[in-house]
Amino acid sequence: MAVMMTLIGGRTSKQGTSLCAGKLGAEYLQVTSTVEMNVEDMARLGLSNDSKVRLRTPVGEVVLRCKGRETKDLPPGLLFMAYGPLSSELMAGDTAASGMPISKNLDVEVEPVVDGAAESGEPHHG
Amino acid sequence: MGDNIRVVPDATCTFCGCVCDDMVLTVDLDQKRITKSENACVLGKAWFKEHAIEERPFALVDGREATTEEGVEVAAQILANARFPVVYGLSDTTCEAQRVAVAIADMVGGCLDTTTSVCHGPTGIAFQGGGESTASLGEIKNRADLVVFWGGNPAEAHPRLFTRYAVTAKGMYTPNGRKDRTIVLVDVRRTPSTPVADIFLQVKPRTDFEVLWALRALVKGRKIDPSIEQRTGISLAVLEDLVDRMKRCRYGALLFGMGLTMNRGRHFNAGAILALATDLNEFTHFVAKPVRGHGNVTGADNVVSWQTGFPFGVNFSRGYPRFNPGEFTTVDLLSRGDADAALIIASDPASNFPKAAIEHLKCIPVINLDPKLTHTGRLARVSFTTATYGINVPGTVYRMDDVPITLRPAFDSPYPSDEQVLTSIRDRVRELLGGNRLPAGDPLAGVAVS
Amino acid sequence: MTSALRIVNGRIYDPAHGVDGAVRDLCISGGRIVADVPPDARRIDARGMVVMPGGVDIHCHIAGPKVNLARKVQPEDHRHDVHLRTRVTRSGTGGTVPSTFTTGYRYAALGYTAAMEAAVTPLGARHTLEEFHDTPVIDKGFYVLMGNNVLMYRLLQEGRHEEFRQTLAWWMSATKAYAPKLVNPGGDEFWKGQRNSNVTGLDQQIAGFDLTPRKVIAAFIEAGNELGLPHPVHIHCNNLGHTGNYQTTLDTMRIAEGRRAHITHIQFHSYGSVAGKSGDNPTSKAHEISEYVNTHPNISADVGAVMFGRSTSMTADAPLAYMLRRFGGGKWVNADTEHESGCGIVPFTYQDRNYTNALQWAIGLELFLLSDDPWRMVFSTDHPNGGSFMSYPRLIRLLMDSEFRKEQMAKVNQQALEHSGLRDCASREYSLSEIAIITRAGPARLLGLTGKGHLGVGADADVTIYEEDADKEKMFSTPRCVIKDGEPVIEDHEFRAEHEGRVFHVAPDYDPGIEQVIEPFFEDYYTIRFANYPVADRYIPHPQTVPTAPQAAEAGAVPAT
Repeated sequence: MAVMMTLIGGRTSKQGTSLCAGKLGAEYLQVTSTVEMNVEDMARLGLSNDSKVRLRTPVGEVVLRCKGRETKDLPPGLLFMAYGPLSSELMAGDTAASGMPISKNLDVEVEPVVDGAAESGEPHHG
Repeated sequence: MGDNIRVVPDATCTFCGCVCDDMVLTVDLDQKRITKSENACVLGKAWFKEHAIEERPFALVDGREATTEEGVEVAAQILANARFPVVYGLSDTTCEAQRVAVAIADMVGGCLDTTTSVCHGPTGIAFQGGGESTASLGEIKNRADLVVFWGGNPAEAHPRLFTRYAVTAKGMYTPNGRKDRTIVLVDVRRTPSTPVADIFLQVKPRTDFEVLWALRALVKGRKIDPSIEQRTGISLAVLEDLVDRMKRCRYGALLFGMGLTMNRGRHFNAGAILALATDLNEFTHFVAKPVRGHGNVTGADNVVSWQTGFPFGVNFSRGYPRFNPGEFTTVDLLSRGDADAALIIASDPASNFPKAAIEHLKCIPVINLDPKLTHTGRLARVSFTTATYGINVPGTVYRMDDVPITLRPAFDSPYPSDEQVLTSIRDRVRELLGGNRLPAGDPLAGVAVS
Repeated sequence: MTSALRIVNGRIYDPAHGVDGAVRDLCISGGRIVADVPPDARRIDARGMVVMPGGVDIHCHIAGPKVNLARKVQPEDHRHDVHLRTRVTRSGTGGTVPSTFTTGYRYAALGYTAAMEAAVTPLGARHTLEEFHDTPVIDKGFYVLMGNNVLMYRLLQEGRHEEFRQTLAWWMSATKAYAPKLVNPGGDEFWKGQRNSNVTGLDQQIAGFDLTPRKVIAAFIEAGNELGLPHPVHIHCNNLGHTGNYQTTLDTMRIAEGRRAHITHIQFHSYGSVAGKSGDNPTSKAHEISEYVNTHPNISADVGAVMFGRSTSMTADAPLAYMLRRFGGGKWVNADTEHESGCGIVPFTYQDRNYTNALQWAIGLELFLLSDDPWRMVFSTDHPNGGSFMSYPRLIRLLMDSEFRKEQMAKVNQQALEHSGLRDCASREYSLSEIAIITRAGPARLLGLTGKGHLGVGADADVTIYEEDADKEKMFSTPRCVIKDGEPVIEDHEFRAEHEGRVFHVAPDYDPGIEQVIEPFFEDYYTIRFANYPVADRYIPHPQTVPTAPQAAEAGAVPAT
C-alpha cells in the first residue's frame, strides 16, 4: 500500500563532511540513503527506525532506510533526506525552461519494503 | 607527525560560500596533510582533513591510465570535433581556471554554464528582473539588528554564517553580538538552525510565495485576509508583527537559501524576497542576500558576467554570447539530448542531476576535471586528476558577498591545477581549429589564420 | 618587440608641443615616439588623415564590482548589441555596460588608448584588476573610494592628521589605486545607518561623527596634495542632481584654497533653481561654475555631459541612485561595502523632450563652450551615467559643428533651453586642436601621465590616425589606424592583433608603523583578515608605477605638474 508524501532534499552536516571524504565512500552513501519521516506516519505504515522504504516518482525509485522525527520537528506528510545520488534519482529533468530542476517538495509515493526485496544504497541505474 | 611542519595563517576555507579567510592551518609537509585547521567549522575541518594527496593516475582515457598530456590531446580532439559541446561546473575552482573555461567555450562556439543554474540561478533571474539591495557581510556583522533566515539551514550548511558574520558576531553597532539582534527563521520543518531564532515561522510547504507576497502587501499598508493562516500556516498577527519589526529595525537583512529556489516557484520566490527587501527601503535600510553553497560559485558568476555579460546559461554558437535559461542551461542541454560533448570542471552532475540528464551524459564523450573520484569521473571518457584549490592551488575566489580573496595554499600537489589543464586544452584546441572557430556563414569562416 | 614605424604625410595634432596640424613625419620605435627611424622602417601613409595621441578617458566606469552588477542586472541591454569573436579576438556583448573584452576593443576602435575606472571600493580592488586583465588593448587605472572610509573618519575626528595622511598612503599602495576618490562625502553614514537618509550640506554634522563633509573634503585635498600624488583627489560633490546644487559645488571648490582638486562630472553639479520658485525644476548655472573654474588654475573638472538615449546610472552615491529609481521606475541595485562605500545602479534613459534631461544636455555643452582653458575642463560623459562612451564621436561633433548643434537644439525641450545659456554660446566651435586637448592632452596632464597625451620624443607610442571628414561624428567613430605601444593594433579599421595594456598605479611611501593603527580596526570590524586585504603584485601583469612628487624628486626626475 503506497501513500503520497512530500519529499524535501537538503544539505546536512554529515552529508557535508562525508562528501569531503569522497562521494563514492561508504559514509556518504549511508548518509544520503536515509530518509527522515514523521513518527506518526511511520507508525501508520508499520515502519520503525532503519526499516526500508521505497520512494517513487514518475521518473525513478529508490530504497532508503528511514529515521523517525517528532511532529514538532517534521510535520506529518513531510519527508527529508540529504542531497545525493539517491535524491537525484527522483528528480525530473524538466526545468520549466528555468534551468533548475525541482528537488524540494517532490510528490513521492511511499511504500514499505518487504524483507527480501531490493537493498538500499545504490541507485537504480538502467 | 614528522618534524617538517608549516603553519599557514590567514588561509581560506572554500567548502561553502562563507569563504572564511581566518583559517590557521598546521601542515605536515612530509605527509602532505593538514593536521589541524583552527577556526574551521565542522565542514571546514572535514574539507581540510580529507583533501590529502591521493594515489591516482594523472588521467584516465577510456578507462586506462594515461598522462595528463595524453588526456589533453584526447580532450582537445573531442572539443574541436563537437558541434554543440557544453562546458559546465566551475564552482569549486579558482577564477583563473574559470576564465580559461569560458575562453574554451567561446573558442569552440559551445555552451558555458555553471552550477549556479541548479543553485541560485533562479535568484539570478529574479535579480535581472528587478535588481536587489545587498551588502557585504561585514555590514550585517556591524549594523544588522534584524536578521531573517528563509529557506535555509545554516547550522548544517553554513555554520559560521551564524558565528562569524550574522548572529553572534560582535560589530561596531552590535557590540553585544547576539543580544543586539532579533533573529527570525522561516522554514517548513525544525532543523538545528531553529533554536538560534527568537521567532520561528513554520510555513506550510509550497507557500513561501504567498507569505512573502502578503508581507510585501502589509509593508505597503494593504489589508490581508486572516485566511492566510489556513493557507500558509502563519497567522496574520505573526505576519503583522514581523512587518512591524522589519520597518522599525535600523538595518535589516534577509538571508535565503534553496528552500526558495528549488521549489516550483523558483525565480518567483526569489523575486518576491528580493522585492520585499527593496520595498522595505522606503522605511529603513534593508538588504537581501542569497546564501551561496560552494566556495567559488560567486567567482563563477562574476567571471562569466564580466566576460560575456550574462551570469550562466551562455551559448557561443553564433559567434557571440547568448543567454537563455532553459535552453542553454546544462540540465536542459543534457535532458533533451542536445549536447554532443561535455567538459565538466569541479562539479559532479552524475551525482546531482536528474536521471534523464545523467543518462545522456553516458552517451556522449565527457571530459572531467576533479581532485577526487566522482560519479562523473567514472563515466567520463577522459578524466583528469587535478590539485585542490585553496589547499594546493593558489588563485582568487569570491565570497558569497562578492568579496574577492586570494588563496594561501597549504602544500604542493603533484597533480596539475584545473587552470593548467584547461590552458593546455585551450592551446591545443586553438592549434586544431586555427584560432577561434567562426560560425558557418561568417565570411571569414573558411579562412585560415595567418 | 615592436618594429620601427614612420607615419608620413599626416597632419599632426600635438597640443602639448604646440603642433597644430602641421604635416610631419612621426617616428616610432621600441614602443616609444622617437626622433628618427632607419630608412627601411615600415611606412604608414597618413595622407588626408589626422594624427593624434591616443585618447585618454579621465572618468568612466568599466571594471569592477559595481560595473559587473550593472552588467548582470541588464541582459536586455546586451542582447541587441552583440560583439562577434574573430579568429584572434574574443566575443562579448555591448549596450551601455559592455563585457570586458568588448569594452577594450571598442575603446580602441574609437582611438582611445587609456581609460580610468572612476570608482572602486578598496575591498573590490582585486576584482577591478581581474577585469582589467580581461580588458584588452587600453592602458588602465582606477580611483579608490576613500571619502566615506570609517577608519579615516575616526582618525580625522580625533585630529590625528599625520596618521590620516599615512593611512591614505597605505590605502593607495595596498589597493594599487591611482587616485583617491570622494563620492558624496558623509552620505554613507546617513544612508546605511539613518534609515536611508542623506547628507545635504557641507556643514552638516555627519551622523555618528564629529565631522562635516567640508572637513572631510579639506582633509583629503590636503593629504592628496601633501603626498604629491600625480592626481591628488577626484571629487564627486554632495547634492549631485539636486536643484540649486551649484552652490555646494562652488563651496566645495573653495575648500581647495589654491591646492589642486578635480571636480568630476561637473555638469551634474551645475544646477540653479527657477527664480522665486522653490519647485523642482532646475536651471543652468554653467556660467557661474565655468567662471570659477576659468579663474582658479588649481581646479580642474571633467564635464560629465549627458547624451540622449539609454544610459546606466552606476554610482557610489547610493542615495542618489535611490532617488533616480523613482524616475526610472524599474530595476534598482543597492550594494553596501563595509566601512568603505555604498553603491546604487539604475538603468536610465535621457529623453530630449524631457525638461530636466534637455537641460542637462544643454549644460554639458555650455560648460565646454564657456571654458577658457580646455586643459582644465576636459571631456567625459561619466560613462555610462551620462551616456555611453560610444557616444563620444557624436559629442565631439556637437562641439565642433555649430550648425549640427543648432539642429539638435531645435529638437529638444525648448523651455529647458530657455533656462540654459546655450543659445548665447552657440556659435563657438571647437577646433581639432582643442578636441585633442580635451580628449587627450588635457586628461593626460591632469592625471600626471607624462608619457601620454602627447607625441613628443619619449612619449608612449599610442597614436590614432583618423580620416578627415566634414562629418566629425563619422571621423571620430572609426579611426583608420590605432597604434598601441608602437604596435598597429587596428589597421584599415580592423583588429590585427591582441594586446594587453598596462595598469597605472601609485605606491606612495608610508611609515610602516601606521599598520599598527590600521590592523586593530580590521581585527575588530572587518570580515576579511588584514593580511589578506592588500592586493598582491601578480594581479597586475603589466604594471606601471607612477611616482609621487617626492619619489620623482628623489629619483632625480621632474614631476608632472
